Amino acid sequence: MIREGTLNIVILCLLVAVPAYAYVMNEPFTITLATRAVIFALAGVGLNLALGQGGLVSFGHAAYFGMGGYAMGILASHAQNYDPIFDGAFLIEGTNSMPVIWVVAVVSSALLALLIGALSLRTSGVYFIMVTLAFGQMFYYFAISWPAYGGEDGLSIYVRNQFPGLNTLDPIQFFGICFAILCLVLLFVDRLNKSPFGLALNGAHQNEERARTVGINVYKLRLVAFVISGAITGLAGALFADLNRFVSPTMFSWAISGEIMIFIILGGVARLFGPVVGAAVYILLEHFLGGLSDYWFIYLGAILLGMVLFAKGGIIGKLAKKETHHGG
Amino acid sequence: MADSILRVSDIHKSFGALKASDGITLDLRQGEIHALIGPNGAGKSTLIKQIAGGLRPDSGSVTFLDQDVTRHSVAERARLGLARTFQISALAMDLTVLENAVLGAIGQRGSVFSFFRPAMKNAGLLSQARAALAQVGLEEDEATITAELSHGQRRQLEVAVALTLAPKAFLMDEPMAGMGAEGSKALTRFLQELKHQAPILLVEHDMDAIFACADRISVLVYGKIIATGSVDDIRANPDVRTAYLGEEDAA
Ligand SMILES: Nc1ncnc2c1ncn2[C@@H]1O[C@H](COP(=O)(O)OP(=O)(O)OP(=O)(O)O)[C@@H](O)[C@H]1O
Ligand SMILES: [Mg+2]
Repeated sequence: MIREGTLNIVILCLLVAVPAYAYVMNEPFTITLATRAVIFALAGVGLNLALGQGGLVSFGHAAYFGMGGYAMGILASHAQNYDPIFDGAFLIEGTNSMPVIWVVAVVSSALLALLIGALSLRTSGVYFIMVTLAFGQMFYYFAISWPAYGGEDGLSIYVRNQFPGLNTLDPIQFFGICFAILCLVLLFVDRLNKSPFGLALNGAHQNEERARTVGINVYKLRLVAFVISGAITGLAGALFADLNRFVSPTMFSWAISGEIMIFIILGGVARLFGPVVGAAVYILLEHFLGGLSDYWFIYLGAILLGMVLFAKGGIIGKLAKKETHHGG
Repeated sequence: MADSILRVSDIHKSFGALKASDGITLDLRQGEIHALIGPNGAGKSTLIKQIAGGLRPDSGSVTFLDQDVTRHSVAERARLGLARTFQISALAMDLTVLENAVLGAIGQRGSVFSFFRPAMKNAGLLSQARAALAQVGLEEDEATITAELSHGQRRQLEVAVALTLAPKAFLMDEPMAGMGAEGSKALTRFLQELKHQAPILLVEHDMDAIFACADRISVLVYGKIIATGSVDDIRANPDVRTAYLGEEDAA
């Protein structure tokens, strides 16, 4: 058993070492795999705030992932076609500036999470899972049947979006961008978890009645957590679209919601780095098992089952004792 | 009545055909321990829940600090200073003792939506939490995970969390349950001091404890209060003897 903080630093080092090695060995595909892992990790960090810290089992986080993706797709497609999004009393144009796209992705997925959260947080338990799943699927079918943005075929973006001062077409530089964002978000979520807000969220997860009887408005508390959670996953969706230069309704599918949840279960629920380890291991398994057999999902299922039965804290839980942060 | 902190007026609550509260009126006055006794299933916990806000009465009203709180949520009543302890401990079991107390301070100060300063490094929250723990004698155990506390210590922590709420009144549902003679005696003495800080509506089965510390007693049977009075009044009341104390003797 090692300290969780030490383990987290080791994980970050590994996450940098792999693409750095691939860069030296000139293996761009490996860098892209690592970038995928980082982006999935970010999506998982978002869900983990709701699911791990808050106990809100959302089976519809693909809605925010897709929303972030389509924010990128819509803005960039208008920009590449020199076709304004809205031309009326005022003008809204597309853009291929990454920072602008990210802001739009974060804001739109936060608003979506506010809407879905406000309705679904009135339920709990299995109903909450079903309602969030239903919302996710609603957006999936909506995206399929919206021909303006590619419908079922999705949207291809031919120009890589821009980030000031960097060449985003260079895999290692784009990896750097994603990695930096992941680190910033991890820092943010760590502070959040330790703040009065995080303690209240965790307390309400463990004992809702207790949180109420000390004067905490549990509904409002969870709604705010849900919005932040959705916004982070939305940002990951925009980066995923940046990486692939392609968005499609698949980003909204329940399979994505399930995958994001798998990262967390593999890595460790409610552990800061749980989704990071989970996403990395998932990408590795997908790559190696996927190469061995088309039915790699069955092996993945078996591994997950073993995890849930024998290693409740996930990989992080196996390696590090949970840190309590008492005392000032 | 001017010194009445909490007042319940003509509360009715039915579960199907069962009248759990059948026109209950009582009040809690400054500086007193008002004990609520009655046989199992009489409706004591149901009444406490309606006062705390977890259950809405079919009719009747609850007034707290001269304010009608009948439609207030649990959280709103708690923020006004209505502090409750549970018949079965309701604590965040994976958190430390200190974290549970800090949770109370967070709710009381309304600082749920402060996102950046670590809660466990916030001097204000910590001193409020530690003062409450010291008052119940749990200051040595602040770093212990709550799940590892003994039954008696959990009951103490329940009271400590209530104390972080800057309480104006306490609702305590069987705080002595399962505590043993020693613990229950100590708690009785503690409640007698505590009542000067805020009055206590006390549900309890331990009659020795009640007779030792209550200023007034109300007897609840089948959802109705059959008598309210001093310890001596209640002991002497023939209705109470047959309806309740008599049953105890026979049992
Ligand atoms: N939510 C509910 N639905 C249906 N019946 C209920 C509900 N809550 C309580 N009751 C019933 O109401 C009656 C009063 O219950 P309550 O828990 O208030 O009794 P009590 O006086 O606290 O008893 P005890 O001394 O055992 O704690 C009981 O018959 C109980 O079964
Ligand atoms: Mg009861």
